[in-house]
Amino acid sequence: MSDSAAPPAAIRPAFAELFLAFAQVSLSGFGGALPWARRVIVDQKRWMTAEEFNETFALSQFLPGPNVINFSVVFGSRFGGVAGAAVALAGLLGPPLVIVTILAVLYERYGDIATLGRILAGITAAATGLLIAVVAKMAMPLFLKRWNSAPVIAILAFIGVAIMRWPLPYVFLALAPFSVGLAWMKR
Amino acid sequence: MNSSPLAAMAGYFAMLSLFAVGGANAAIPEMHRVAVEVMHWMSDRQFADMFAISQLSPGPNVIIVALIGYHVAGLAGAAVCITAMCGPTCTLAFIVARTWDRFKDAPWRMAIQGGLVPLSLGLIAASAFVLARAADHNVYAGLITAATAAVAFFTRTNPLWLFAAAGVMGLSGWL
Repeated sequence: MSDSAAPPAAIRPAFAELFLAFAQVSLSGFGGALPWARRVIVDQKRWMTAEEFNETFALSQFLPGPNVINFSVVFGSRFGGVAGAAVALAGLLGPPLVIVTILAVLYERYGDIATLGRILAGITAAATGLLIAVVAKMAMPLFLKRWNSAPVIAILAFIGVAIMRWPLPYVFLALAPFSVGLAWMKR
Repeated sequence: MNSSPLAAMAGYFAMLSLFAVGGANAAIPEMHRVAVEVMHWMSDRQFADMFAISQLSPGPNVIIVALIGYHVAGLAGAAVCITAMCGPTCTLAFIVARTWDRFKDAPWRMAIQGGLVPLSLGLIAASAFVLARAADHNVYAGLITAATAAVAFFTRTNPLWLFAAAGVMGLSGWL
């Protein structure tokens, strides 16, 4: 990508199409929206090649905040500046916000009902299990490598936030310089 | 919780968004700390319920902040929280996207990105810990968590099936 203004042979999506594509990504994205984003943007719409997608996604991961949200802003802005970014973001966030607001209204009204509480208790237990599986998958490559500082940083972050209950910004500012420094030296 | 919870939430989530390396799931323990322990906006159980609802809903995990906002201050709260949680990072994303080509291959960029991976791992592990303490209040709930973790780790089952199975077990009065 020498000139990054627009992807070479790709079709420029209209704003309505952009909105619908990100709404589709969002509403399909149980358990991670990334595979769906790739399917819609690269395979179905051909708005990006696989390499462009990976590069844009690397940028989204580099930034703080939810990766998919960042991705929608970066992708939208590439095609339509501020308006494009806003449209893609609205497509990604609008429909799930409507759904979650309806659920929030129902929960505030009926959350005290014992039956609903029992169902939610089961789902929370399962959702926690899903998160543990995510942690295990992330941890494997980091913990299996020998002479690697990553597990130490991960464990310190865990202790600081989960056990000591220190505020996240403090833990982050204390550990990030070391972690980035170690990554710099290993380069 | 002083005169305006909206202003408190706006400032808090705007700040938090910049530290959420690894996405919304990495920020769960911090949200829990503030919403349950510091501000007493909700109980441990309510927080866990909101996490479950956000996972049940389609879309990015970050929508949990809309649930928290709605609980505290209704529709305005939901709007303020989601805007505060996404605004700063979206602005940053927009700005960085313009200059990305200039530093995407820079060694410092890779060092920052590589250095943040173990941090987000520790933070997401902390999320799992905080949620397990809220959710696994008896042996059966613990078993559901362990079984779901194993199935999700070793297979590619759609999470909705796991939620459905766990919901039915909860309904049948096991928990």
